[in-house]
Amino acid sequence: MLTEIIISGFGGQGVLFSGKCLAYSAMLKNVNISWLPSYGPEMRGGTANCSVCLSDEPIGSPLVTEPDILIAMNDPSVDKFIRSVKQGGKVFIDSSIADRKADFYDKFDGKIGIFRIPASQLAQDNGLGGMGNIILLGKVLKECSDMLCGIDRDTVFEAFTKIIPPKKEALIEKNRAAVLVGEGI
Amino acid sequence: MEKVLMKGNEALAEAAMRAGCKCFFGYPITPQTEISAYLAKNMAKRGGVFLQAESEIAAINMVLGAAASGVRAMTSSSGPGISLKSEGVSYIAGSDLPCVIVNVQRGGPGLGGIQPSQSDYWQATRALGHGDFQMVVYAPASVQETIDMTYLAFDTADRFRMPVMILSDGLLGQMMEPVVFPQIEVKIPEKPWACCGHKNKRPHNIINSLYLQPDELENSVNERFKRYEIVKRECPAAESSFCEDAEIVVCAFGAAARIAKSAVNTAREKGIKVGLFRPQTLYPFPVELIEKACRKAKIVLSVEMNKGQMVDDIRLALNCRLPVEFFGRHGGNIPTVKEVSAQIESISERIK
Repeated sequence: MLTEIIISGFGGQGVLFSGKCLAYSAMLKNVNISWLPSYGPEMRGGTANCSVCLSDEPIGSPLVTEPDILIAMNDPSVDKFIRSVKQGGKVFIDSSIADRKADFYDKFDGKIGIFRIPASQLAQDNGLGGMGNIILLGKVLKECSDMLCGIDRDTVFEAFTKIIPPKKEALIEKNRAAVLVGEGI
Repeated sequence: MEKVLMKGNEALAEAAMRAGCKCFFGYPITPQTEISAYLAKNMAKRGGVFLQAESEIAAINMVLGAAASGVRAMTSSSGPGISLKSEGVSYIAGSDLPCVIVNVQRGGPGLGGIQPSQSDYWQATRALGHGDFQMVVYAPASVQETIDMTYLAFDTADRFRMPVMILSDGLLGQMMEPVVFPQIEVKIPEKPWACCGHKNKRPHNIINSLYLQPDELENSVNERFKRYEIVKRECPAAESSFCEDAEIVVCAFGAAARIAKSAVNTAREKGIKVGLFRPQTLYPFPVELIEKACRKAKIVLSVEMNKGQMVDDIRLALNCRLPVEFFGRHGGNIPTVKEVSAQIESISERIK
């Protein structure tokens, strides 16, 4: 099975970090994985995105053009990628930042599953400011368990300990809390 | 051995240090900069020298100096910077010095763009500088292979006393994959020719690329080309998959080979007799290996992220025995699996 994921948003929203969490989780599960960031001018203030591939087989192209899963944290990301999502794919939108009205998404009904979650707002409300990305990741874990090659909450929790340096240990618990908020929606 | 997740550029930098690289001289350029950044952070801690030079030209001449003193030395850049280094590379080749040069390719010509490309194939395999000389060129297609080829590059450079290039690209440099660093005991050969301190215990060595007498120059070039003959015999490497019964052989290197492999797998599922031939060395081009891979072939398709630079080498390797077609995207665009699959299917229809 090959699952292709795009995570996209403004620089600073943690889209590359979310991708890294998935990448480390896949490595812990011994699943093949590639992580490819957008680089260049867009990572300096514009939109940033990364492609993540998870597969039981060796991975060919690390560049995702038709994702199974899209996490879009702003409107430019929705506009850029939503039409390329595969039939039956799932889209997770931070609706506290991407504020297209509900009827914009009507045309995708029946083709892809759309989850609009006010992730940044939820992060604020739960004292987890800036962790909207991880709340969305938690929601992905809940809704896409059959697409993630066995990656679950526990794998991601372990991955945090690998990615977050010991100096910032307090952030491990916060990120875990954010995953739980996302899973709880 | 522990698996770690690393970017291609960082993995290359780490592998270089582990392979005994003592001196790195560079100048920043996208998409190569992580190599310099990683070495800037770590080289001094591990007993090496990292120096950001004032220009690419300065950097390559520092490599010349370090290599002349007998230590393993490296520089890295991307297209525009590699062009600037060309004079120094020619001097290094003319002085019979070993070194490793990394090109993390971006789109050209000129400043071009900063997105991935393979448009420096000709530059790497034909003429990175003036004069009669060659470099061994390794073309990795994964982060793990980038590591393995970095070790190999230093060994090959020392063995044949010649510059060796690792031809990476923006895709391989920026992507992360899980990797394992091999537990190899690095053996750096004796370098009796090196210009290093000897306390007057032996006659002094001279490193030079200037020969004003035509006969002397001709002899020195002939001697170098004798070594190239050994290189051509012993260094060619390639990976073949599904080529045993393939009527269509797709030929691709580096990042393009990853996409081509997915397309070949898709076409095989549809019953098309197609295989993939992936040169791991671009110079020397794996002539015998491609001949073997194409035994049953009726046609070859070269897939590249440029305007079709490797096509010539394939035709030469096969003595123009087979038609060689080309498909590529360039300018920083990456061919999609769908596009390559469509090419394979249309060829398959035509040769029925």
